Amino acid sequence: MSIVTVQLGQCGNQIGHEVFSALCSDIRGTHGLCSKKENESYQDSCKERFFCEEESGVPVARAVLVDMEPKVISQTLSMAARSGHWKYSNHSHFCQKQGSGNNWANGYSVHGPRHKEAIMNLVQKEAEKCERLGGFLTIMSMAGGTGSGLGAFVTQCLRDAFPTSFILNHVVWPYGTGEVIVQNYNSVLTLSHLYHSSDALLVHENDVIHKICAQLMNIKQISFRDVNQVIAHQLGSVFQPAHTAGGGSGYSRNPLGIDWQVRPPHPGLHPLHKKPLHFNTSIANLVILRGKDVHSADLGSFQDPSLYTSWLNPQDAFNAWKTPRAFNKYEKSAALVSNSQFLLKPLDSIVGKAWNMFASKAYLHQYTKFGIQEEDFLDCFTTLEQVISSYTNL
Amino acid sequence: MTQSVVVQVGQCGNQVGCRFWDLALREHAAVNKKGMYDEALSSFFRNVDTRVVCLLTEFKFFPFSKALLIDMEEGVVNEILQGPLRDVFDSKQLITDVSGSGNNWAVGHKIYGCQYRENIVEKLRKTAEHCDSLQCFFIIHSMGGGTGSGLGTFVLNLLEEEFPEVYRFVTSVYPSGEDDVITSPYNSVLAMKELNEHADCVLPIENESLFEIVNKIHQMINSGKLGSTVKQNSLVTSSAGSAKTQVKPFDAMNNIVANLLLNLTSSARFEGSLNMDLNEISMNLVPFPRLHYLVSSLTPLYTLADVNVPSRRLDQMFSDAFSRDHQLIQADPKHSLYLACALLVRGNVQVSDLRRNIERLKPSLQFVSWNQEGWKTGLCSVPPVGHSHSLLALANNTCVKPTFIELKDRFMKLYKKKAHLHHYLQIDGMEQSCFSEAVSSLSDLIEEYNELDATKGGPRVDPSRLKIAV
Repeated sequence: MSIVTVQLGQCGNQIGHEVFSALCSDIRGTHGLCSKKENESYQDSCKERFFCEEESGVPVARAVLVDMEPKVISQTLSMAARSGHWKYSNHSHFCQKQGSGNNWANGYSVHGPRHKEAIMNLVQKEAEKCERLGGFLTIMSMAGGTGSGLGAFVTQCLRDAFPTSFILNHVVWPYGTGEVIVQNYNSVLTLSHLYHSSDALLVHENDVIHKICAQLMNIKQISFRDVNQVIAHQLGSVFQPAHTAGGGSGYSRNPLGIDWQVRPPHPGLHPLHKKPLHFNTSIANLVILRGKDVHSADLGSFQDPSLYTSWLNPQDAFNAWKTPRAFNKYEKSAALVSNSQFLLKPLDSIVGKAWNMFASKAYLHQYTKFGIQEEDFLDCFTTLEQVISSYTNL
Repeated sequence: MTQSVVVQVGQCGNQVGCRFWDLALREHAAVNKKGMYDEALSSFFRNVDTRVVCLLTEFKFFPFSKALLIDMEEGVVNEILQGPLRDVFDSKQLITDVSGSGNNWAVGHKIYGCQYRENIVEKLRKTAEHCDSLQCFFIIHSMGGGTGSGLGTFVLNLLEEEFPEVYRFVTSVYPSGEDDVITSPYNSVLAMKELNEHADCVLPIENESLFEIVNKIHQMINSGKLGSTVKQNSLVTSSAGSAKTQVKPFDAMNNIVANLLLNLTSSARFEGSLNMDLNEISMNLVPFPRLHYLVSSLTPLYTLADVNVPSRRLDQMFSDAFSRDHQLIQADPKHSLYLACALLVRGNVQVSDLRRNIERLKPSLQFVSWNQEGWKTGLCSVPPVGHSHSLLALANNTCVKPTFIELKDRFMKLYKKKAHLHHYLQIDGMEQSCFSEAVSSLSDLIEEYNELDATKGGPRVDPSRLKIAV
């Protein structure tokens, strides 16, 4: 099953490059501490998922690169080609000259409709190259103008054009203390729009990754490259092939087909359960184990009922995927993907700051001039307050 | 690649502009080793194929500037055309006259504006045609005279009419209290109204500040306090390494302004891990349309010859950017209210250095209640010539208010006595109402800053959030 990746904006393209780099270096690695047969099966599966073979033998990433200014894409393409181990197709990128000016409305209302046909053509071409299309992964930040605004628009187009495919949005949350002053507006607009078209939002927060670089990896002068490499490593450990329970011996399962969607019961039907507040309440958890001793690992504690909301059975909410093939030369590694209240505080903080700014009407003229009105903002705030409320009541 | 056109108007505008082109070529020559026309150069230069030998031997082509030089006297422009930069400009890019504007805004704006309107529009269109994606016009002028002030703001108006989608960034040199042009307050206030209404962003500059910076550098060099030698071409005031050989009195000060523009556009011309383009500057730093005056500061002012830069010195660069004596107008942003702040870093600086310094400096700065974390940041990999790193800080801060208040006071001193008013009123199209409207526009602006200052230090009451029915 193949995934088509759409890299949007500076962040999306910079991270996308690191992701394909990480995937490629992983499969080129040594046997991976498992049998030759296992390793070959793993490599084939990864190649089918993320790369396309060309006559030259160099794997070509199944990706579409989109940006509204040319510098980043140009750098991304050349860095990939220079590696000698993989590259992007020469015909899978789309860029303009002037950028989106950190303006969500510019990305969504101006660039979106204007360039829809060109971008969707590129996506269609990539999709057609896949024998079995598993779905789409978009990589974007929500703070700027292109990744956020154009990204939201493109996600909608993907949903319209491919109604039955999975769409997973990888969204990067900016540092709390500004990278972009209007980042909270852009974030609110992005998240509320993605909610209507996306199947799942996989989130990385720059502040958190920065801490990992500083405290766990002891990097002294942390660059965006360092941050992006950590993110790429985490994404790789989630998306590389793994055996699912009951999936037999093959790596055939659709990696995006994680059942994220759980319908909560009607309010009032279940009495509120007073739990000791040790954990953020989850509605779904996925653990992926790679390398040595995966089959003997004890995952019982992941099924502790206090981790989950009262109206879910832990057995239904928890999934484990395993593979003896090690990832990126780590003898043992584990990844946890969680749908829980973990993001509640950050989300609430972003909405709070955006609301505070909105109340003073600051910067609104920059959005209204491109067609996003105050009512549109209010709709977005409403959507997100509902999301916050739903998560709070888990 | 976003492309810009520079419109330099009047004596000051052209002298600063001249320094800008010189230093821009120097910067690109340092980065572009092969001397071939590339994307970065296309932001300000166009490629013209010609067999004439180019004086700037670093380049294998003719780097014609995307500029328009306007002056109502010929002296300055003629000098430029006879100097080492003559090949950078085409005669089609010039508009000159002979008699000057007599330090009279009305002459510049009403008389010459009317007379040269079509000529200016036609030349602007021609220059714009050379850009396949024009994003920004930079106007460089002074406020106190007649041409830069009057004709310069006329051109600003024109740009809005003819090219409404293109950003208008204006670098305005404000007159000092001891300015020898008596009518400079009139000219400045009349020009301010135009800036209020038609500019997207204004970077005010005061000669006093430039002068103080120049002196500070001289003192540091001559005092022998600096242990190692200073790299000559790293001085923010220097023309070393550029085409210019003769040094003129205002050169040092004008180089500072030229460096400001170079740093402002660096992220649009060169790559970096977090780009900051001109439209992003406008988007993030202008929360309300009329509050578009940005106080700028550049650091470091020079580099020492030693190569290793400990992070302590890097942090000093950030601290200096917020100090009173590095600002390009007489202002103290630390003791006023920030509406927004942008930091554009060049060279070997990473995101962790940025974060560390923002965290360190934040507690000593006051931000408006609805923008407590109002920081816009950019990282450009290519440093300026002679430096391993540099920082440009742009602040939308109420510290501009005193400059405007003083300007209004000087204006009122003259206006109350109706001094020199007849020179203006005798010009066709000028009436008393032009003056009253202009000072009213300035008063309104000052009032907006007053209202913001009133919120400083008050209790913070966050507006209540939307309540959702579950």
